Amino acid sequence: MALVQQSSPHAHNARPTSRVMLWVIIAALPGLLAQTVFFGWGNLINVVWCIVVALASEAAFLKLRGKPVAFFLKDNTAAVTGLLLGLSLPQFAPWWVSTIAVITAIIIAKQLYGGLGSNPFNPAMVGYALVLISFPVAMTTNWAEAAMLFQGAPGFGETLARIFSGSQTAIDGWTMATPLDEYKHKIGSHTAAEVLNHPTFGEGIARGWEWVNAAFLAGGLLLVFLRIITWHIPAGFLGGLVVMSLAFGANPDQYAPLSLHLLAGGTMLGAFFIATDPVSAATSHHGKLIYGAGIGVLIYVIRSWGNYPDAVAFGVLLMNFAVPFIDYYTPPRAYGHHKARRGLPGKNQG
Amino acid sequence: MTQLWDFTGGIHPAENKQQSTSRPIRTAGLPERLVLPLQQHIGDPAEPLVKVGERVLKGQKIADVSVGMGVPVHAPTSGVIESIAELPVPHPSGMNDWCITLKPDGEDQWREQHPVSDYRSLDRETVLGIIHEAGISGMGGAGFPTDIKLRPPKDRKVDTLILNGAECEPYITADDMTMREKAGEVVAGLKVMAWILRPERCVIGIEDNKPQAIEAMQKACEGTQIEIAVIPTKYPSGGEKQLIRVLTGQEVPSAGIPADIGVMCQNIGTAVAVSRAVFDDSPLISRIVTITGEAVREPGNFEVLIGTPIDYLLEQANLESSKVNRLVLGGPMMGYTLTTTAVPVTKTTNCVIAATAAELPAPPPEQPCIRCGQCAEVCPMELLPQQLFWYSKSGEFEKAEHLNLFDCIECGACSYVCPSSIPLVQYYRYAKGEIRVQRAEQIKADRARERFEARQARLEREQQEKEQRRKERAKAAAEAQAKKQAEAEKAAEAGEAVDERAAKAALVQQALERKKAKTAKASPEASAQTNTSEEKPDIEALEKQLEQAKSKLDNMQGMLDDAKAQQADNVDKLERAVAKNHDRVQRAEQALADARKALAGTTESQTSD
Repeated sequence: MALVQQSSPHAHNARPTSRVMLWVIIAALPGLLAQTVFFGWGNLINVVWCIVVALASEAAFLKLRGKPVAFFLKDNTAAVTGLLLGLSLPQFAPWWVSTIAVITAIIIAKQLYGGLGSNPFNPAMVGYALVLISFPVAMTTNWAEAAMLFQGAPGFGETLARIFSGSQTAIDGWTMATPLDEYKHKIGSHTAAEVLNHPTFGEGIARGWEWVNAAFLAGGLLLVFLRIITWHIPAGFLGGLVVMSLAFGANPDQYAPLSLHLLAGGTMLGAFFIATDPVSAATSHHGKLIYGAGIGVLIYVIRSWGNYPDAVAFGVLLMNFAVPFIDYYTPPRAYGHHKARRGLPGKNQG
Repeated sequence: MTQLWDFTGGIHPAENKQQSTSRPIRTAGLPERLVLPLQQHIGDPAEPLVKVGERVLKGQKIADVSVGMGVPVHAPTSGVIESIAELPVPHPSGMNDWCITLKPDGEDQWREQHPVSDYRSLDRETVLGIIHEAGISGMGGAGFPTDIKLRPPKDRKVDTLILNGAECEPYITADDMTMREKAGEVVAGLKVMAWILRPERCVIGIEDNKPQAIEAMQKACEGTQIEIAVIPTKYPSGGEKQLIRVLTGQEVPSAGIPADIGVMCQNIGTAVAVSRAVFDDSPLISRIVTITGEAVREPGNFEVLIGTPIDYLLEQANLESSKVNRLVLGGPMMGYTLTTTAVPVTKTTNCVIAATAAELPAPPPEQPCIRCGQCAEVCPMELLPQQLFWYSKSGEFEKAEHLNLFDCIECGACSYVCPSSIPLVQYYRYAKGEIRVQRAEQIKADRARERFEARQARLEREQQEKEQRRKERAKAAAEAQAKKQAEAEKAAEAGEAVDERAAKAALVQQALERKKAKTAKASPEASAQTNTSEEKPDIEALEKQLEQAKSKLDNMQGMLDDAKAQQADNVDKLERAVAKNHDRVQRAEQALADARKALAGTTESQTSD
């Protein structure tokens, strides 16, 4: 009778990291579907390409670090990073832009910091911010015009050719400024009604974008329901954005209206899929609310008064900086204590 | 309907209780040997009162605690004391400890018994004495001596007495079956405890997955003021702090005890033991143990004599030894694995799980923490397990302590849900252990520093006093000198100066001669002038000196070797000390040799005389 020696607990019933990540991927599929329906094949091609590059660069670097490659690839986290970049990049972003973004995300933002669990910054957003700053033209002129898939829009082959060979033919007419970009740059000289006449806004709030955001919202709520994420970060995120918008952006002739903030751009993708990356986010419930709210506020500030039309990447990265600070000041009150022990050891012992 | 509160966190692991509740409680019977550890609870070990070979009766006290906190140990049956030796005891470390081994004679002959029919006619101290003498310690967890627990601090009044029938750990059904079958004894014991404490409220908390136990207890409590609180099944609702929260809405202060908020929790088994001690004058010599797991064919609960070896018990449940992969003492959440079946049942043993590899599989390899926060969601103490893990792993114990590491009850809920399969509780135990070691070392270092500082202060003081005395002497001498001078001047004036000087010179000469003689007597060279009988003790003394010097040198050498082996930083100092001692030994040897030579010379000269 050879008896195993093991530390308690002896029973486990965890949802392994790989399955958690798989659920994130599944929950993102409605959004990807909406993107494909309204903006063509670009996002799908980007997602596949980014995942391939992410897995390849993760594998290569794990090998260099002398780590078990299969063991870490199977956790699906690299795939999620690739997926998030594929969903965020412009539909017609050239292949080298996405490649640089993914490699930066995986190697610089993640592996160089020690791999999974050790990165202080959201890897996907580090990659995104890098290419946004480095290749502003490629990152702003390659957004597809909405609702074209069923209207003789560029087919799969044409999109593929545009992304991988830089072929300009037939596609140029199908790119368009994003609604947030359009609004930001026109509102200075036009009234809100005039700006909203532009085809990028369509009949509803922001043609196509509203559905994409709704789909990501649905997927995000699924994650909350499955308890893969808690509601705190998305609530803080959207709350911060709403409060800022109501406080400063009441006049649509000056700033983009709240509806546009919520349903155009990367708002829902950011709130439920990007800001909720647990590794680089705050820890406690209270901390998560503050962290999310910080991102929401920063996004509003950058969208309204900064140089960039959208700002999920910057908002997330800036709040990543604040995470250790937030964590020190937002621990929960533990059982049997009158108040939480805030700050550093040696102070405020409660 | 009792008002209930909820506690934060918690999990719902597979209960696995039905396996061991399908059969009634069986009697395990008499094993060939009973092994009774002298320490079966926190506190101090008992000391044997019997000798090897002595015959003892059932219920006879065979070990007791003379100093410190503890309770006596009794013979579970009549028989002969076979040995008092160090044997394997149930402990996570697999250590050995002192045990009395009893070989039963099969007669099961009781000592004289004096049951109490009406405990209310006694005073409370007497009843507490009965409980102490019956060797009762808490039968759920750490085994705190029950009589001590029933004496809360003078300034604390227990308003609520809770009987913990939650039994939230999977697999364990000992309390469940006890309540079903021995509800009368449970209530009788509870009443005795309530009479001692005089609480305003007396409540039995039972998880709602034990309907039969609830029914039995409700029936047994009919017509009494005892409340039966049916609480939702959620692990760890049976944790003392969680149960108190559920039943009273209050929280036990961190580092405090339940009595601080006027609450006390007692265990079901303890209540039965109290009842038997008072009404039957039967000490704690048996308890209910659940034997379960897929590797036993007939899982169930047994009434087991304390000291029964686990292997005997597993046989009673029909063990398939080829199937056992892991043997857990206690539940699957907080129990520990046994490395041998040769350990005995103690007063705190509530369950043995003989699990197959498929039943409790080894956890997958540990992955990096992704701070997903699942652990924080389930932590019943509202801690941040992921942060505690981070700081424990990186050795930042101060930060871990700051985040209330010591409030962790090691329930295992965090490890249970961890997607990265991190053995979190093990990290916390490690961190707690390290902090305790560091604290002990700190105390030691502080004491050493205090001693050193005290010594420095003393030396300084002595130095100052010496200096002071020297100054006083110098002053006195100077005064005397001045006086003499004055006198001499006076004398010179009187014309007696020359004579005075001559007398003085003679005095000095005398003193010098005396001194010389003294030196000659003391030095071995001069021994020729004295006789041998005076000389002998001197050699002995020198030999003794040499011996002492040698042993000191040996000591020093040993310390130096140790220090070198441990690469301590006082190696230099010790090396110098060894060299010094070496010189000393040499000098002593030299002195001895000289003395011997001189002695030989004397003897020779004497014989030649």
